[in-house]
Amino acid sequence: MKQTKSIKELEHISLKVREHIIKMATGGGCFLGASLSCADIIVFLYYNYLNISKDNLKDPKRDYLFLSKGHDVPALYGTLAELGILEKSRLINHLKTNDYIYWHPNVNVPGVEFHSGSLGHLLSVSMGIAYDCKLKYTDNKIVVILGDGELNEGSIWEGALVASAKKLDNLIAVVDRNKFQANLATEDLIPIEPLDKKFEAFGWNVFKCDGHDFNALENIFNTLPQGDGKPVVIIADTIRGKGLPSIESRADRWFCNFSNEEINQLLEELYSKHKTNLTSETLVVR
Amino acid sequence: MNYEQLLLDLLQNDQRYVVLTAENRASIRNLPNVIQDRFIDTGIAEQTMIGMAAGLALRGRIPIVHALAAFLTMRAFEFIRTDIGIANLPVKLIGAVPGFLSDGNGPAHQAIEDISIMRGIPGMNIFCPADEEDMLLGLQKILPYNSPFYIRYNNSKPGIKHSNFEIGKAEVLSSGEITILTYGILLNEALKAKKILESAGKSVGIVNIRTIKPFDKGTILNLCTDSKLVVTLEDHFLTGGLFSVLSELLVLENLNCKVFPLALNSWFKPAMLNDVMEFERFTGKAIADKILKEIES
Repeated sequence: MKQTKSIKELEHISLKVREHIIKMATGGGCFLGASLSCADIIVFLYYNYLNISKDNLKDPKRDYLFLSKGHDVPALYGTLAELGILEKSRLINHLKTNDYIYWHPNVNVPGVEFHSGSLGHLLSVSMGIAYDCKLKYTDNKIVVILGDGELNEGSIWEGALVASAKKLDNLIAVVDRNKFQANLATEDLIPIEPLDKKFEAFGWNVFKCDGHDFNALENIFNTLPQGDGKPVVIIADTIRGKGLPSIESRADRWFCNFSNEEINQLLEELYSKHKTNLTSETLVVR
Repeated sequence: MNYEQLLLDLLQNDQRYVVLTAENRASIRNLPNVIQDRFIDTGIAEQTMIGMAAGLALRGRIPIVHALAAFLTMRAFEFIRTDIGIANLPVKLIGAVPGFLSDGNGPAHQAIEDISIMRGIPGMNIFCPADEEDMLLGLQKILPYNSPFYIRYNNSKPGIKHSNFEIGKAEVLSSGEITILTYGILLNEALKAKKILESAGKSVGIVNIRTIKPFDKGTILNLCTDSKLVVTLEDHFLTGGLFSVLSELLVLENLNCKVFPLALNSWFKPAMLNDVMEFERFTGKAIADKILKEIES
């Protein structure tokens, strides 16, 4: 039985993880908005749901977490650091050539199952994992986090059809529904709503919850249907840049590269919620 | 023994193997009933098939995936490059109807740039068997091999008895003043061309390249330095295939030899295979004529 954390403890851990994330938004920067939106989901999954620890990273009986959008990797690295799977001292190597910590996941960082960055890939890769677990009759849980912008990719919908056809009910996709893609609100570019109905029509079990509410996440994950032949998608309602009011839900704060002074102010803002006066230019990478 | 029987033997003796197909069942119709859940038909979804193959390989499986060569290598290219290539997973990619073998289908189905794009992936290997016997000899070594491999599926009737297969070794059938380097179905045409050229008083070396990557550099370089003319013969675009591989090698080795490429410059006329070869002038007779003309010029 997995040892779990209380909601209060999870909230404390997620603040620590956010600190790690914010510290990566300098010296070249990172995809801050998308990392902050899925931080609570990743913290919840590692601490209270998935059987993944420092001791079982190569064990075929472990559970799996895949980051399909990939640019949310600071949230993963922050969580792995808090768990002790990744040495905290390595986080300062972000974007340094002496390590493998950069804008997308690399398998040379302990705890990373597979690289990503090209959108629309890891749904099918995690389906391969899920299929093999079915073949071996093992009860691993396989979770893949998808971005909402990523749902533009045709390979996601191709995979959604096949996952349902192959009855991969050991597969859980979590959509980090932060309502933005690179430059624009999703609904202003390629509207994806009604998203629940789309997945339902593809034969999936669909659930929705607040992706920043640990109670809600716990309720959903603890009551998922078992063995009904349908893959599960959880549409997690999130806020891009969650935790930093000065960048929350802003289309122009996707990729962020701040000065050290701004980083210090943002770390204060994380606790005080007093908006920082950000002067670094907004970056559009795409 | 045919391809399907080879797979069946392997699958029954080794649980690591799984077979995937993007609804391309022509060569594996009888497998589903026997191997059941280890036969995974993803439907017409090449990208998903490759992604799943990567996931299965991460769990220790050796996936053997099937699709028409054009759609396998091109529709799913970025999945092959990113999920199989970067991770160097031992997935075996079986491309059906490559080169001239797509006969009447037309340009959409013509995989004649497949070698070019597959060899651009670091760690990817390529096998172009001359016929069914050659393919079965090769696959026995290639399927268990711990690296990704692209195979140009070819179950045509063997014209000769092949020698032992080794990854990275070409099959040298003869040597002479003219050396024809080739692969796939054109080996048979090269052998026909040899007879015609011999009756014109020329001695002809014939090389079945087999694995174009890894390329048998030592053997080929020796043959090049001993030949007056080296012909590269392939059902592939001129760019990126055997001619390119050889040219790169000669430049790197600072060697000068006379190379005459016979390859495609554009999509070929869709028709039944023999008519394609006639029309495109890739029959043994047409090849011999082109070589004689080249020598005389």
